[in-house]
Amino acid sequence: MSEELVVAQDLPWPPSVEDFFPPPVAGPWVTKFGVMVWVAVALLLVFFLTAYRKPTLVPGRLQWMAESVYGLIRDGVARDQMGEAGIRFAPYLTVLFSFILLTNLFGIVPGLQISPNSHIAFPIVLAAISYVLYLAVGIRKHGLGTYLKRSLILPGVPWPMHFLLVPIEFLQNFVNRPVTLAVRLFANMFAGHLILLVFTVGGFVMLASDNLFIKVSSVSAFLLAILMAFFEALVAILQAYVFVVLSANYLSTSLAEEH
Amino acid sequence: MLIAAGGASHNPILPIWQELVIGTISFALLVFVLLKFVMPRMEAMYQARVEAIEGGLERAQAAQAEANKLLEQYKAQLAEVRTEAAKIRDDARADAENIRKDILAKAREESERIIAAGRESLEVERQTIVRELRAELGTLAVDLASRIVGESLADEARRRGTVERFLASLETAGAGAGGGTPVRTS
Repeated sequence: MSEELVVAQDLPWPPSVEDFFPPPVAGPWVTKFGVMVWVAVALLLVFFLTAYRKPTLVPGRLQWMAESVYGLIRDGVARDQMGEAGIRFAPYLTVLFSFILLTNLFGIVPGLQISPNSHIAFPIVLAAISYVLYLAVGIRKHGLGTYLKRSLILPGVPWPMHFLLVPIEFLQNFVNRPVTLAVRLFANMFAGHLILLVFTVGGFVMLASDNLFIKVSSVSAFLLAILMAFFEALVAILQAYVFVVLSANYLSTSLAEEH
Repeated sequence: MLIAAGGASHNPILPIWQELVIGTISFALLVFVLLKFVMPRMEAMYQARVEAIEGGLERAQAAQAEANKLLEQYKAQLAEVRTEAAKIRDDARADAENIRKDILAKAREESERIIAAGRESLEVERQTIVRELRAELGTLAVDLASRIVGESLADEARRRGTVERFLASLETAGAGAGGGTPVRTS
């Protein structure tokens, strides 16, 4: 039945990976995703530069919004995870959070309808920066040897256990952390878009059906699509927050005095 | 990847390298501009605000402490003044009592002194009068006797007249009761 419908309505049913790769606007450098990232960067620059053009002690509306984001990350993430020493990372974490949040929210913005983070390239870039950052902070604070020792060797463990634990610790600290950071964000955005596709495109497919019962049932698909859009908004905020919190947490292990 | 972009199939797990470049450059630009021009000022503003609030609180607390201190000071001063006033009042009362006693004592003393002086002068006067009267009475008695002896005894009538005159002269001399006894004995 679905095959017939695709032919009839030219709807891409069922949704597939190819839906995530629209044809490029002009060559591989100018794609929808690339443009969206540039738009996100431009919007954030305009927002923060306008909000902080003339900062005052008693903030205006825009300044207050910008400071709320900064305050949330500064006190809620940086200081919470790393203590007073972590406040110097608050500016970067705030930029990171704003960028991920905005690009995630593109997934439910009408007209864009997809988050750049559903292409793994962008989460990889962000995760790689966090990775390099926490490695650099750890090495700078403790020196390479001490940092590796701290990261790989658990204290108070019988020595034969190290044959087992060192590879596990290595995998956990130097491989899993950046990979999961990137994949978590990517997979959430990818799956979210897929879910929205399933309910909206599916709804249209049902609406185009000749069967009256299926036609009427399409309402439930659209309702679910709306519900899922709100759910995706929640996921967008949550994933941005999780990314930043985990980055701060990794930084805190690099800063920590004890293992 | 370029082959894949041609249309066959995409693997969502493999990144498109152009997107890696775009992502790196654009995000680096964002981070650079915001970290250079916005975030330091935001942190500074944050600190300034914290300081302003904490400073305000501190100032308020200091003012409160100052006010409390002043209040305590005033209370202490007031209590001090009260006790002092009470002391002064007591002192004044005691002083007044003392003065009253002094004055009374002095007055009593004075009156006693005056009375004693009066008595003394009276006594002295009486004695001088008695002394004078005695002397006068003697002379008068001698005078009278000589007169009585000198006059003729026969002349009873004249003698009687002499006595009368003597008595009259006595009265005119103004001697009181003091002269009575010597007169009667002689």
